Amino acid sequence: MTAITAVGPRARNPRFLLDRADLIGPLLLAPAILYVFILVALPFVLALYYSVSAFTIFDPSYRFVGISNFVDVMRSDIFRRTLINTFVFTIGAQVIGLLLGKFAAMLLIKEFPGRGLARALVVLPWAVPVSLATLAWQWMFDSLYSVINWTLAAVGLISPDNHLQWLGQQDLAMLAVTVVHAWRLFPFGVVIFIAGFTSVPKDVLDAATVDGAGFWRRNYQIILPMIAPIVMIALIFGTVFTFTDLSVVYLLTKGGPMNGTQVLGSLAFQVGIMSGDVAHGAVICLFLFPFLLIAVVAVLRALRRREI
Amino acid sequence: MRLTKWLIGEGSFYAAVITLVTFAAFPFYWMLITTFKTDADLYNLKSNPYWFNTAPTLEHLRYLFQETLFLHWLYNTAIIGVCVVAITLVVALPAGYSLARMSGRGGESLGIGIFLTYLVPPTLLFLPLSRVISALGLQDSLWSLVLVYPTFTIPFCTWLFMGFFKSIPREIEEAAIVDGCTIIGAFVKTILPLSVPGILTVIIFAFTLTMQEFVYALTFISSSDEKPVTLGVATDLVRGDIFYWGELMAAALIASVPVAIAYNLFLDRFISGITGGAVK
Repeated sequence: MTAITAVGPRARNPRFLLDRADLIGPLLLAPAILYVFILVALPFVLALYYSVSAFTIFDPSYRFVGISNFVDVMRSDIFRRTLINTFVFTIGAQVIGLLLGKFAAMLLIKEFPGRGLARALVVLPWAVPVSLATLAWQWMFDSLYSVINWTLAAVGLISPDNHLQWLGQQDLAMLAVTVVHAWRLFPFGVVIFIAGFTSVPKDVLDAATVDGAGFWRRNYQIILPMIAPIVMIALIFGTVFTFTDLSVVYLLTKGGPMNGTQVLGSLAFQVGIMSGDVAHGAVICLFLFPFLLIAVVAVLRALRRREI
Repeated sequence: MRLTKWLIGEGSFYAAVITLVTFAAFPFYWMLITTFKTDADLYNLKSNPYWFNTAPTLEHLRYLFQETLFLHWLYNTAIIGVCVVAITLVVALPAGYSLARMSGRGGESLGIGIFLTYLVPPTLLFLPLSRVISALGLQDSLWSLVLVYPTFTIPFCTWLFMGFFKSIPREIEEAAIVDGCTIIGAFVKTILPLSVPGILTVIIFAFTLTMQEFVYALTFISSSDEKPVTLGVATDLVRGDIFYWGELMAAALIASVPVAIAYNLFLDRFISGITGGAVK
């Protein structure tokens, strides 16, 4: 499969080493592999090591303690609460994000005046840095001056004296972080669905229409199966980004109130960085790993299906 | 009859679009209006929050630029962005070319392997990396971010470059090699000039990816002087327990605008990158 091979007299050229694709190929690739290996693979091994040691930033000893850290973590009520929260957060944000994304894509794929502007505005939540966008939500959820509460009171849904504590009450706070993450994620769904819809050949749809397929049939028996692989990839990326998120939760609630919105990422940050207990923090992070592995396998399968 | 039906159809269509756009863009409207409101207006429960009840003010902007480190944070972000982009180009450009042209079937698998590291989240690595950073003496320094950010820009940009080079016909380099160029020479003389759009895309994306990152910055850097803008605004504009929403929203708005514009311009290429070229 060597693409470019030097032949004949050029092989005797003094620069011949630079003409051998089989040497240059790996040489050009090596820096990328090394960079990722040193700063991704090795730290991961280090995390594995921390998880079975007694390492804290106050006592940086690598004393081996076996699986006792794992036992500690799994016995803790906060951790169990966190695991449940993480699933609620992930599934909630995916469902809202995906439904909204598909709905929005079906609207934005039509030609209408102002479509370009509408698309640009819809993409904003995904484009803007997470910490800055989340600040705006924090202000909208303010305990006293929340515009959401003002609006709800103005249309008569709550009394003006009822200041809903969006970030200070466990159920509302969970709803708030999930909605904010879905808000961040849905534009990604929109662009993926639009890309998918436009990739379906027009003649296939025309042929189906001629054969008597209605709107729903075209949607669910032709378009959806055709775009399934890329929707799958988008879904996996979305799930991974949500499942491992720590920014939205950290910025809005810091996991509170009373660990009511704690997710794996924010708990690991609190334990590993704020409290300096690196060993237990590493254990909490490692609970992400099996899910990431499933995601990787799923992406590989989706990529393969696309090639067939 | 038909006209009414059409009007209702159009009406509900636009109503749906407007609802959607409002949901997506409202927080940005909120940043904008908060930036120009006086404190007396912001912190008044009686006034309508959607519009100005006192004359607009530039006080928050003045305060932000003159009394805070905001400009310095923007400068830090620029430094980090430029360095990360440079490292990414130097490493990912040759790697992408190698995967596209010189690695055959194994190259395809390697390419997918590199792409998959994009799925490895900061949340999995920030703890061990924070120890590595402090062992290197880079704690509390923006150079720690310059070192670590390429771990996610390189995989993604290598993948983008690979797809880009594959779209350029081989015959172009082969002609140059027949004319007496080395492989590297052919690459520099024929492929690089054709790759300018691809390189530009990668520059924009590597830059926006570094601007969006938050977890590593939060973990590695605690002194105000060294913070990038996304971290500085979120952590240092809150004095004591008091949020100064005018300045906060002004800062968030100013730092968001360039990223939003760049993203919109290069969106289509990003999508075809992340779907692995599934959409052509």
